[in-house]
Amino acid sequence: MTTLSPSHPVRRRPRRSYSAIPGETPGSPPWRAFKSLILLVCVVLVLLPFLAIVSTSLAGADQVNRAGGYVLWPDHATFTAYHALLSGGMVSKAMLVSVGVTVVGTSLSLVCSILLAYGLSRPGSFGHKPVLLMLLMTMLFAPGVIPSYLMIKELHLINSYWSLILPSLINAFNVIVLRSFFMGLPPELIDAARIDGASELTILRRIVLPLSKASVAVIGLFYAVTYWNAFFNAMLYINDASKWPLQMVLRTYVVNNAALSGGQVNAAAGAPLPPTQSLQAAILVLSIVPIVAVYPFLQRHMNKGVMVGAVKG
Amino acid sequence: MTTLHQPAARPPSADPPPDDGPRRPSRRRRRETGLFWFLIPGIVVLLLFQYIPLLGNVIAFQDYQPYIGIMHSRWSGLDNFDVIFNGDQAFVHALVNTLELTLIQVVFVFPAPVLLALALNSLVSERLKKWVQNILYLPHFLSWVVVVALFQQMLGNDGMLNLFLRAHETGSWNIIGNPDLFKALLTSQVIWKDTGWGTILFLAALSRIDTDLYEAAAVDGASRWRQTWHVTLPALRGLVILLLILRLGDALSVGFEQILLQQGGVGLDQSEVLDTYVYNNGLIGGQWGVSAAVGLVKGIVGVVLVLGANKVAHLFGEEGVYRS
Repeated sequence: MTTLSPSHPVRRRPRRSYSAIPGETPGSPPWRAFKSLILLVCVVLVLLPFLAIVSTSLAGADQVNRAGGYVLWPDHATFTAYHALLSGGMVSKAMLVSVGVTVVGTSLSLVCSILLAYGLSRPGSFGHKPVLLMLLMTMLFAPGVIPSYLMIKELHLINSYWSLILPSLINAFNVIVLRSFFMGLPPELIDAARIDGASELTILRRIVLPLSKASVAVIGLFYAVTYWNAFFNAMLYINDASKWPLQMVLRTYVVNNAALSGGQVNAAAGAPLPPTQSLQAAILVLSIVPIVAVYPFLQRHMNKGVMVGAVKG
Repeated sequence: MTTLHQPAARPPSADPPPDDGPRRPSRRRRRETGLFWFLIPGIVVLLLFQYIPLLGNVIAFQDYQPYIGIMHSRWSGLDNFDVIFNGDQAFVHALVNTLELTLIQVVFVFPAPVLLALALNSLVSERLKKWVQNILYLPHFLSWVVVVALFQQMLGNDGMLNLFLRAHETGSWNIIGNPDLFKALLTSQVIWKDTGWGTILFLAALSRIDTDLYEAAAVDGASRWRQTWHVTLPALRGLVILLLILRLGDALSVGFEQILLQQGGVGLDQSEVLDTYVYNNGLIGGQWGVSAAVGLVKGIVGVVLVLGANKVAHLFGEEGVYRS
C-alpha cells in the first residue's frame, strides 16, 4: 500500500575511484571551502552545547561561580554533582524508574511487535488483511489526548507505571519495518521447517529470529530510545512526583528551573550543595548518556532500517 | 544457504500429493489460524489504546462531566463545536498561531535537510562524511525536554551566550522568555534537532542518481549550477513532494511537547496552538467536551489533508504516499 520509493528508475554504476564526487563536476576551490565551512559550523553548533554541559557538570564550584554559571572546559574534573544526584534522593529514584520502564517496555514492545510482524508477514493467513489495515490506519490518525486520558483513567492506570508502557507498546512504523524484513527471508527455509513438522512458534524462534538479529536489535533500540525519552505520558498520567521518570525531573528542575534542595539530592554530610548549574548539567548529562551509549550501534544500522521502512510496505 | 530440493526434502508420506485436494485446505487453515494467535496481543493493544479511545470522541457531542462518566453525561448535539464555527477568540488565536508556525516551518525547516544533503554529498572524503553525518544525526535521538533544556542553558538569560555577551560588555539579549522571538526559537530548535536526520532520505536519493547524467550534462557544456538545477534537483522531486504531503497532513500539529514545555515563559498569546489549546482547556481547564470537539475536528482535517494532497500528487503524475 505504501510505496515510498522515488519514482525514478534506479541504475547503479560502479563509481570511478579517482573522482571524489560521483559524476558532478567538482566546484571551484573557494566554493568547496565555503561548503566545508558551513558543515564545520553545523558540527560545532551541534557539539558545543554538549561540551558546555559536560564541562559544567564536571567543573568545581569555585570555577563555576567565577565563570558566572557555565564553563567550556573544567580546570579539574570533580564528580561531586553526580555523587550528590546519585546517592539517593529524587534523581536516583527517577533514574531507576526510567531504566525500569525502558527495560520492561522495550521487552514487551519487542514481543508484541515481533509476533504481529511475523503474523502479518505471511500473506494470506487468517485475518491478515484487516489487521494490517488496522495497523496502518494508526499512522493516519491518533485518538487524541483527551480520549486517551479517559481510557487510561477507565483502566485505573493513573499513577501506575503501566500507563507509561502500555499505550506505546506498538509502533506501526516499527512493525512495518520488521514485517518487510521478515518478508524478505527466503520462503524455502520456512516451508522446509514447516514440512518437518515445526510449529509456527518454533519456526519463529529457531529460524526467523536468528536470521534477523540485527533488525530486531535496531527496532529494540528504537523502542528503547522512545521509552527513555517519553515525557508527555508521564506528565498526563503520573501525578505522584515520587514516581516520576527522569524526563519529568528534567522538566521540573532544569526546564522550569525549580530549586533543587536537600530533599532531591544528597550532598555529603556537612558539605555544601554543588552549584545549581552543575547539578542541572549533570541531570542533563545523565539523561543523554544512555542515548549516546547505544548510538554507535544505532547509527550503524539505522540507515538500513529507515530505508526498508521507506521502500516497502 | 538455500539448497533445498523440494521433492527430495519432502518425506513421501508426510504430505499428500498436490492432486489430493480435500485435505490441503484444512491443513492450510490450521496453519493460518495458528498464525492468527500471533496477532492477538497486537490486536488487543491496538484496540485498547487506539480504537476504543477513538470511540471516546463521542464526548465531543456531550456535556461531559468526569464524575458522571460517558454513559450518563447529557447529550448536547453540536453545542461543543460552537467554538469552531462561531470563531471563539481563543480558538481562532490558536488556529492562527498553528498555521503561522506551519508556514514558517515549511519555508525554513523543510529546505534545510536538502541543502545540508547537497553540502554533505559533495564532501571529498568518505570517512569525514560519515563522521559529520553521525554527529549531525545525534540530536534527533534526544527528547524534547533535553533539547529545550539545552537551548535554555545556551541561550537563556543566565545562559552561555548572555554570560559571554555580558563579559564583553555588550549587554544581554533576551531570547528564551521573549514572546516576539518565540516562533523563531521554536523553528531554530526544530532545525537543530532534525535537520541532520532529515538528510538520510535525501542522501539516499542522491546516491541513486545515474552518474551518466552528469557526464552527459558536462559534455553538453552545463556548468555546475546547471547540473544541480537540471540533474540533481529533478532527481529529488518525487521525494520532496512525498515529504511535503506528509508535512501537510501534519499542518495542524506543530511540536506539541516542544511548545508545552516552553509555554510558561512566554504566555499564551504567541505560544497557544491547537494541540496546547486542547490540552489546556480540556485536561487543565475542565472543558472536556469543547476540547474533544476541537481535537476531533483537527484529526479529521488532518486525514482529509493527507488524502487530498495525495490525490493532488497523483494528478500531477507523482507517486505520492500510496496508491490503492
